[in-house]
Amino acid sequence: MSDWPLWEVFVRAKGGLAHRHVGSVHAPDAELALRHARDTYTRRQEGVSLWIVRSADIVASDPDQAGELFEPAADKVYRHPTFYEIPDEVKHI
Amino acid sequence: MPSLPPIRPEDEAVAEKLRPAGAFDAPSDAHDPVRAGYLLRLGDDALILGQRLSEWCGHAPSVEVDLSLANLSLDLIGQATLFLAEAGDADRLAFKRDVLDFRNCWLVEQPNGDFARTMVRQLLFSTWQHMLYQRLTASSDAAVAGIAAKGVKEVAYHRELAAEWVVRLGDGTDESRARTVDGLDWCWRFVPELFEVDEELAAAVQAGIAADPRSFEEEYRAAVGAVLADATLPLPKDQRAIVGGRRGHHSEHLGHLLAIMQYLPRTYPDAKW
Repeated sequence: MSDWPLWEVFVRAKGGLAHRHVGSVHAPDAELALRHARDTYTRRQEGVSLWIVRSADIVASDPDQAGELFEPAADKVYRHPTFYEIPDEVKHI
Repeated sequence: MPSLPPIRPEDEAVAEKLRPAGAFDAPSDAHDPVRAGYLLRLGDDALILGQRLSEWCGHAPSVEVDLSLANLSLDLIGQATLFLAEAGDADRLAFKRDVLDFRNCWLVEQPNGDFARTMVRQLLFSTWQHMLYQRLTASSDAAVAGIAAKGVKEVAYHRELAAEWVVRLGDGTDESRARTVDGLDWCWRFVPELFEVDEELAAAVQAGIAADPRSFEEEYRAAVGAVLADATLPLPKDQRAIVGGRRGHHSEHLGHLLAIMQYLPRTYPDAKW
């Protein structure tokens, strides 16, 4: 069991919504990872679809680089489309 | 051939009033012994295996497997509740009956053993139960058909999960393979009972309530054989069959299981959840 790889689990709550990361499971292979994910994360009707991906296959940003990666966005208010006058006739925006 | 005149409703009403009520009333639907007996078989199989699987809770090889087995257990206890509620008072039947009155097969009462034996038992039972429920969805009894229709999806999953594990254990390490072979060796003698048709079951089949298990025995052997082939395991040699569970003859293991399951409601009959 200790040598089972870790798998990340993504659940689609209902049709039309995106899959969301909900947690992880240990499993010896992909097929059983899917079953473990089903038994662990969808036993209370949480979803209609599952994605599984090996945790080792996820490329993650380096937390030490968080400063250079994300902080420069903090003072770029002009990147938020909040300066437009929206005509009343335009719905759903 | 002369035909009888049609029965007029007004005559029937009069006859109903004339009929003395008492011990010799024809059994109503609710007390149909053939139906009740069959419901007990279905309910007890699910109840006893559900209780067995629950013994793994907190002890499974990993937390994920722990959840898988608990899910299986709860599915089965849910099915048992429905079947037994059709047969009578589900709680009374589960907790106030003694071992000789249980009608489950021998396979489901067998001790869990190790994880391999538990999974082999699950494969052998769930494959059978799945094929049975598939047919019971066409039962002449609406309640049986309805419960089977709900249960068949649950059991399809049990069957697949057990098959996945048996393949991995059989075709795994030397140790997992040896344990799987031992598990098969333990469970195999209880398979023929699943296909036994005694008088009581024959009557239920005749009434259209039950499915005749012999109609899918060949399909069952082929399906189990295919999983074992995937697991690179040879089909076990046939052993002397052990039967009798349907008539209340059980292994010593069932009494111990019931002692634990029934302890609380029997000791504290007024306990509320």
